[in-house]
Amino acid sequence: MEPARGVRTVDGDVLPVEAVGVARHNAQTPAYARLWRRFCRNKGAVFGLVVFLAIVFMALFADLISPYNPLIQNYARPMEGPSVDHWLGTDSFGRDMLSRIIHGARIALVVGILAVLLAMLIGVTLGLISGYYGGLTDTIIMRVMDGLFAFPILILAIALMAVMGFGVRNVIIAVAIVSIAPFARVTRGDVLAVREEPYIEAARLAGISNRAIIWRHVLPNVLAPIIVQGALRVSAAIITESGLSFLGLGPPPPTPVWGSMIAEGRNFIVMAPHISTYPGIALMITVVGLNLFGDGLRDVLDPKLKS
Amino acid sequence: MGFFILRRIGQTLVVLAIASIIVFTLMRLIPGDPIQIIMGSEYSKEAEAELRRQLGLDRPIVVQYLVWVGNVVRGEFGYSYLNHERVSVLLWQAFLPTVCLVIGTTIVGLLLALPSGIIAAVKKDTVWDYGSMGFAITAYSMPSFWKGIILIWIFGVYLGWFPIMGYVHPWVNLSESLWKLTLPSLTLGTFFSGLVARITRSSLLEVLDQDYIKAARARGVRHTMLVAKHALRNALIPVVTVIGLQFGTLLGGAVLTETVFTIPGLGRLTVAAILNREYQIVQGAVLLGVVFVVGVNLLVDLAYGFLHPKIRVQ
Repeated sequence: MEPARGVRTVDGDVLPVEAVGVARHNAQTPAYARLWRRFCRNKGAVFGLVVFLAIVFMALFADLISPYNPLIQNYARPMEGPSVDHWLGTDSFGRDMLSRIIHGARIALVVGILAVLLAMLIGVTLGLISGYYGGLTDTIIMRVMDGLFAFPILILAIALMAVMGFGVRNVIIAVAIVSIAPFARVTRGDVLAVREEPYIEAARLAGISNRAIIWRHVLPNVLAPIIVQGALRVSAAIITESGLSFLGLGPPPPTPVWGSMIAEGRNFIVMAPHISTYPGIALMITVVGLNLFGDGLRDVLDPKLKS
Repeated sequence: MGFFILRRIGQTLVVLAIASIIVFTLMRLIPGDPIQIIMGSEYSKEAEAELRRQLGLDRPIVVQYLVWVGNVVRGEFGYSYLNHERVSVLLWQAFLPTVCLVIGTTIVGLLLALPSGIIAAVKKDTVWDYGSMGFAITAYSMPSFWKGIILIWIFGVYLGWFPIMGYVHPWVNLSESLWKLTLPSLTLGTFFSGLVARITRSSLLEVLDQDYIKAARARGVRHTMLVAKHALRNALIPVVTVIGLQFGTLLGGAVLTETVFTIPGLGRLTVAAILNREYQIVQGAVLLGVVFVVGVNLLVDLAYGFLHPKIRVQ
């Protein structure tokens, strides 16, 4: 009989060469490389990442890649369909649609990312305090979050715009406020589990201050679901911003914003359907991309959330 | 079960109380003096003091809140000077079309979501699965206001199959009402279906992997019967919860859909009230939205308690 090929373990078992190779390879590969490889196996997630990077590129270099100034009006050529001069046509003021859509990506991304970062900062802080300290602090914070959670997001955002007035900065603040509660809930839930871990108890016994324990030991261990939540929330924030702009409660004209471009085109849907159609397609591709990217990130960083 | 219901109702009342404080505080933060908004730019000091006293604005803020809550509980939301009507009447008139739209949306959403979610789970990793989930994520990602415009363009303007705007109460003319609600319900229903289909798929897949399903399969139960009778009932429990949780999003979507299809609902009333600075309407509409969402969640939770005995025990 041919002797088994492989490596003998301390228990006397013989592991096949391939298995040993994979184990050794895994041990040598950095964690981020393994996560990246797992992420790349998900085609949808890779597509989402490519879309996200394309939107970021558009937003960063909007001034360079736009064929025209998005604000310059040309009354000689209003509501023209796609042509060689204007690839996506012109709007009712004769402004180039492609240039406005490219610049619209900037507003969408700035609002989406900044609003989520702001919501994350406040929500995670509240979740950390609530979950770590527990007791009355926890009860008060979480009941307020329950109250916020009860509001239909868009209706609360509309009410906030009424309080703060219109404009990009206020849209960011409104969208951030309506997104705080999910971050606080996710963070608190994970902190409740982490704070019972022996290493937290050890840190406490070593006399490390609560604040240091929260920032150095608790936060890094609850970061994965927060990042996933953040990625998934950006698309929701962009949709909320577009909804506000569509209702005329977003950044004022003539700022190129996808939501208000769609609203403007509504009045010319028979004569010039392209005015509403193209910004809507841009918005949809962005949201699909971000959702797929967020889903992929979730599968890699926080597989227990997958179900 | 009685204790479960009482506890859940108690939690709901706490949430409503907190939400009412948030709404009240928000409306007090709005820049501009309400007296000036009502009386315009020219008025005497005496008239201002009298109106301030009449509206209760000269009292401490806590008293103002308690008076407001008392009025709200009695169904009094104030008076709209622009519409020359009580706010409660305006809210009720706008609430009915929104509820009809939400019901239509839920029906369309479930009719699309359940079959596609079930097919995706049963035919996992096939072209059916990818197709269903591709449809789900696209439907979920399409902004409802844009989808509405595209549906108006295709089915209303180009094909001329459906009316593109307006609303009729179902109890006034049922067929016309359904006809006019078709496109708006389809607009919002496809969004809703995207979400529910994904949950249905993952929930059904989880149930199909359970031991009792494997045992039933080993006993020779036919696949169709297995899914329909044994797996689906358990798989639908999380779906019911998600439907409840998504009601707030649905109401937000209804605001936009109403604007696209000029339905005189809660959303249009709120947006018009903001633009006209009629904050008593905004306050009432936001609170009504919260009550609606919290109420639906309470019902869903109670239904969940009936469907899932474990929850009652916990």
